[in-house]
Amino acid sequence: MNFAAYFGSLNPAGLLGRFPAGIAQGIIWGIMALGVYITFRLLDIADLTVDGTFTTGGAVTVMLILAGWNPWAAMLIALLAGIAAGAVTGLLHTILGIPAILAGILTQFALYSINLAIMGMKANQAISVDRFYLAVTSRNVPMAILVSGIVAVAVVALLYWYFGTEQGSAIRATGCNPEMSRAQGININTMKVIGLALSNGLVALAGGMMAQFQGFADINMGRGSIVIGLAAVIIGEVLGEAILGKHLNFAGRLLFVILGGVIYYMIVIIVLWLKLDSNMLKLFTAIIVAVFLAVPNLKAHRKNSFGRAARNAMAETSGKEEQ
Amino acid sequence: MAAMLSLINVRKTFNPGTINEKKALKGISLNLEEGDFVTVIGGNGSGKSTMLNAVAGVWPIDGGKIEIAGQDVTGLPDYRRASLIGRVFQDPMTGTAATMQIDENMALADKRGRSRGLGWGVTAEDRDRFREKLKLLDLGLDDRMTAKVGLLSGGQRQALTLLMATLRKPKVLLLDEHTAALDPKTAEKVLAATERVVNRDNLTTLMITHNMRDAITHGNRLIMMNEGHIILDIAGEEKKKLTVEDLLQKFSVASGEEFADDGALLG
Ligand SMILES: Nc1ncnc2c1ncn2[C@@H]1O[C@H](COP(=O)(O)OP(=O)(O)OP(=O)(O)O)[C@@H](O)[C@H]1O
Ligand SMILES: [Mg+2]
Repeated sequence: MNFAAYFGSLNPAGLLGRFPAGIAQGIIWGIMALGVYITFRLLDIADLTVDGTFTTGGAVTVMLILAGWNPWAAMLIALLAGIAAGAVTGLLHTILGIPAILAGILTQFALYSINLAIMGMKANQAISVDRFYLAVTSRNVPMAILVSGIVAVAVVALLYWYFGTEQGSAIRATGCNPEMSRAQGININTMKVIGLALSNGLVALAGGMMAQFQGFADINMGRGSIVIGLAAVIIGEVLGEAILGKHLNFAGRLLFVILGGVIYYMIVIIVLWLKLDSNMLKLFTAIIVAVFLAVPNLKAHRKNSFGRAARNAMAETSGKEEQ
Repeated sequence: MAAMLSLINVRKTFNPGTINEKKALKGISLNLEEGDFVTVIGGNGSGKSTMLNAVAGVWPIDGGKIEIAGQDVTGLPDYRRASLIGRVFQDPMTGTAATMQIDENMALADKRGRSRGLGWGVTAEDRDRFREKLKLLDLGLDDRMTAKVGLLSGGQRQALTLLMATLRKPKVLLLDEHTAALDPKTAEKVLAATERVVNRDNLTTLMITHNMRDAITHGNRLIMMNEGHIILDIAGEEKKKLTVEDLLQKFSVASGEEFADDGALLG
């Protein structure tokens, strides 16, 4: 490989030029990641429904706008569709007793067919900003950043309020200690269903925004959402804790999840700009998420491992022999 | 006077029809009047926790009936009878939400058995009320209201759980070896706090303990369980005069075997 030619072919201005659009998409992924945060961090459930609901949100939004709807009304319906999908996963899990991960996989699997049906049995539906009014579009990136930024802040404010209410506290308690929650009279099944519904509603909303931004809905647009969401949540947490430490409150955590989404997407853009094979991106993302998920465990393990015990024993006995 | 808690021929079998089948409660009948403080002793696996869990509604019972304050709760799951019941568990981790603040935990308990709407979880007024309650505990928690409960010691968490269980006066207070996981000094403190709140609020209480001396010194009535039955029930003056030796003696007479719980002899 000719390195000089490779580096010569990289265009720094091109990278900078892509950043604004990356920020807009990052914020939208961040909104999606807020949904993942609700299930993964507050309810302690890894919900795989989101890969399907992101697409559902995109499909519903695009089809309704094509049918002449106002984009905001379309996104509201997308949100409701996501809520319904999340509730299905919740009911499969709580009423039918299917493990949460499996319940999510089942709903996601079913959504593939449903999403195709929504899109008129086509794998792709384009929507042109020239013919329709869109809330966000890649044609007007500054506006897209502004609009998605406002939506993101509004969602953070709403979540901050909701999880501070009596009901929101009950959801957090359910995720933290189900036994205690039941003893306090909380119906933990109801709380799980509400949490999953809310989470998937946000994911679908983000899907609706993404479809408008990129100008189309695609049957595969949600694939890997859960991993991207986890990446954003984890990047946000690591950053937030590094910067704010103990002062990181709940609102701060949520804002850092959005920032995590933006940073994740910046990394994606840099990888693409470096002309690395974008097909390797998923491998790369998975490795990042695995490493960050493993770090807390590895830290604990280092302090408390058999290997360490053996070394300590060795050190003690050899110390005695020297005496 | 109607009983505050009554168990009528309550039966529970775990894993029925398998080789692990275990008849844990073989027809328990028990009546507690308002203000009764009953200590429960018995060997490992005799059914003490199972009896408390039956009252709490952790799972449905197989037969019999449970009434709390005249209300038939046999058909209600735990979260739907929680308004009537305060619980403190053996494991200090069980009774509180570790990732939530002290005031948030108390607010959860404050709403026990009531609908949880979209009102703010912890109001300033709540916080003042909680602070006063925490002051009475005298564990220095009243100025750490916004600390995460996970940062507290086992004894502090157990005291907090007791406070939460009694924040809204329960019809029945269920204590399942709630001092067993604590060091002796802390256990003493939590037990003293228990005695105080039970007396102050005249709470109807069931307290399981492995410590025979505690079982004798606390409460106005003592029951002993063995193999899913209540085999001893001593109250009033007779209980006051009781000694550990008496209890061991009575156990072997009632059950026809030696008391097989070494832990109980210590204490
Ligand atoms: N959830 C359950 N599933 C299956 N078996 C159970 C369950 N809970 C209790 N048991 C069994 O029922 C019997 C009574 O148990 P229980 O916990 O009531 O005893 P205990 O008197 O509280 O004993 P300990 O002093 O050890 O706490 C035991 O044989 C126990 O193994
Ligand atoms: Mg027990």
